[in-house]
Amino acid sequence: MNIQMPRINRVPFFFKNQNLLIQCGIIFFIIITLTTLIGPFIVPNDPLTANMSERLAPPSSAYPLGTDHMGRCIFSRLIVGAQSTLGITALVVATVALIGIPIGLVIGYIGGRLDTVFMRVADGILALPEFILAIAIAGFLGPSLTNLMISIVFVKWIAYTRVVRSIVITERNKDYVQAAKVGGSSNWKIIRRHMFPQIVSPVLVLATLDIGKVILTISSLSYLGLGAQPPAPEWGAMLNDGRPYFQSAPELMIYPGLAIFFVVLAFNLMGEGLRDKWDVKSR
Amino acid sequence: MLHVNSISKTYHSKPALNDISLTVQHGESIGIIGESGSGKSTLGKIILGLDKPDQGEVHFRGNNLHTLNGKALKKLRRQLQIVFQDSAGSLNPKLPVWKSVVEPLENYPDVIPSFLKEVRHNRKKMAEVLFQKVGLSPELLERYPHQLSGGQKQRIAVARGITLEPDLLVCDEPTSSLDVSVQAQVLNLLKKLQKDLNLSFLFISHDIAAVQFMCERIVVLKEGLAVDSFLTEDLFSQSRHPYTKLLVEMSMEQENKIEENQHFYT
Repeated sequence: MNIQMPRINRVPFFFKNQNLLIQCGIIFFIIITLTTLIGPFIVPNDPLTANMSERLAPPSSAYPLGTDHMGRCIFSRLIVGAQSTLGITALVVATVALIGIPIGLVIGYIGGRLDTVFMRVADGILALPEFILAIAIAGFLGPSLTNLMISIVFVKWIAYTRVVRSIVITERNKDYVQAAKVGGSSNWKIIRRHMFPQIVSPVLVLATLDIGKVILTISSLSYLGLGAQPPAPEWGAMLNDGRPYFQSAPELMIYPGLAIFFVVLAFNLMGEGLRDKWDVKSR
Repeated sequence: MLHVNSISKTYHSKPALNDISLTVQHGESIGIIGESGSGKSTLGKIILGLDKPDQGEVHFRGNNLHTLNGKALKKLRRQLQIVFQDSAGSLNPKLPVWKSVVEPLENYPDVIPSFLKEVRHNRKKMAEVLFQKVGLSPELLERYPHQLSGGQKQRIAVARGITLEPDLLVCDEPTSSLDVSVQAQVLNLLKKLQKDLNLSFLFISHDIAAVQFMCERIVVLKEGLAVDSFLTEDLFSQSRHPYTKLLVEMSMEQENKIEENQHFYT
């Protein structure tokens, strides 16, 4: 008898055959994304409505995580705040990649004096600690979410340019690039067809790992009062709001802190997993 | 067709090439022999226009290769292709191999090589024909370089070299990264293609037997100097330069050793 077993394929393709780190990261990531997208529609309370008679209330059925010092629902604020924290992060990382990658490709490929000048400037910027520079720029531009994003993009894109540039420099002298030149390919085509595929996986790893750092930077800057302005809910700003009540009501800081912790963890797990997967010599 | 006029090239104040001249006629094969470091690969790169000589000129079909600008150079390069030594490095590891093979054809939409007349409109079909031409199964089209053997990769590099039906194919040690048995296959393939397509070869190698098999004339390089130049049938003549004699002797010794070992094992 010859019975053909139906192929069971219930596990989605992006989940199958991945290592444990990526799997954990993906689970976290899906939960976070769903919360961010659907969350604001199903939160029990309006995140901005203050109710002074219910200040610092303990968890109850009306307020799942209790209320803050203004009587606002912490749970609702956390979920709505995810949108601004994660939305800004995604926007920042995307912008940084869009600026950093093309510059890295071009200066790495052309090299010479352009490259030298450029990298000295980059070294100059990198000589200052990233975070302090971001504080300085955000402070100079004035506190708002847009300025916060500008300042982070300004200090972050250099890292991407450097990574891309160093890969392009090692690749551009290999025989297959010479062969493409002999075969009549233009420089633009060589960058597009031969250089770009080489940088995709390292940059994806870098971006995934960076998301965690960017969330921390946004939250830290908001904590310092340079980012989201009250009463808008944002995790870092919530931490900042809770600071005066740290001793009497530590949960005001614990909940947003845990939220940041888990999101950063999720992206770092994914990043580490992707790195393990892609950093093998022959793919 | 190709005239190299007394070119010199210096790397880090060490002369790599010193006053080299040579001529390749249409359909003719010239072998360049020398040990590693003798400047033979540099010569190949200069002839392809990938590098500039410090002095001297390279004329290909009446044009000075190193004074041409982008468009004219591109037009000329169509007739001037290469097969590199390291088959692993000469193919992009992130591309399926057939894309590497047809890349030159994308860059020259007007060129219609004789053996691709019927399929010129279809990239995949062209790759198939080219694979057949170098004796590879079309099953390998979608493979990536690391999924292929050295011999297969070198055949693919050869296929890319002939896609535009060039006049001159520079082979920079095309067999030295391969096993002995595969070397013979690739050499036979090159020989056959030369006949079919009326190619000229500039065959750069340190393997005297391979050059003897492939070429009509041989130039011997030593430390950037062309010390000897002769017709292949005169390889064993008494009037050869002492350095040529030494190289021949060394390669004979090696062959004898291999034969002895074979005797030992069988």
